[in-house]
Amino acid sequence: MERDFTARGHHDMGGLDGGEIDRAEHDYALWEKRVDALMMLCTNRLKLMTVDQLRKGIEALPPEAYDEMTYYERWISSVTNTLLERGVFTADELGAKMEEVRARYPDGVMPGGAAGGGC
Amino acid sequence: MPRFAVGDRVRVHKQFPPTPPSHIRTPYYIRGLSGTVERICGAFKNPEELAFGRPGTPEVPLYRVRFRQKDVWPDYDGNEADKIEIEIFEFWLDAAGDGA
Repeated sequence: MERDFTARGHHDMGGLDGGEIDRAEHDYALWEKRVDALMMLCTNRLKLMTVDQLRKGIEALPPEAYDEMTYYERWISSVTNTLLERGVFTADELGAKMEEVRARYPDGVMPGGAAGGGC
Repeated sequence: MPRFAVGDRVRVHKQFPPTPPSHIRTPYYIRGLSGTVERICGAFKNPEELAFGRPGTPEVPLYRVRFRQKDVWPDYDGNEADKIEIEIFEFWLDAAGDGA
């Protein structure tokens, strides 16, 4: 009897009941376009990471986070973690930058439909 | 050189560590099942290595493997002849005997 050393990742949903598919069309928010552009820069131009790393980072999200995040929130989470691991910037530098950006919007509302916690 | 040829019977094996931290491109539902090589897609850098920022070389042959739907889904009630094709890298495949 062969032992099964593999486990199903949370993202690996083939054959499971995934519920209703949302087929609604929607426009991309500015921050989503920026996340996409950032990813293109990091992979194609700057060679800081690969799309395979992006995918690994998304698949490594805890199930609750994976389910709660939107598509581009998963992207920016994975990009951020990969660049942190790679030492492109430190957690302190990231935190300081986020505080600096947050201070520009004292009422907590960012332009372009960015959700709380977005960049 | 690809290890398998078109028409060969192959079996998707299961001997891989659980995710995370490994990165697996072969869907869970197909592991352990046998199918037939439908075509050889070429050789590509190993995405399961690229995912860790490693070079992914040497390149690995990629196959399109054809499975019978009724072998994949226990309660499949579609046409007997229905197939599903999945692209699988060579290191996930073992030779399988006829009728496996």
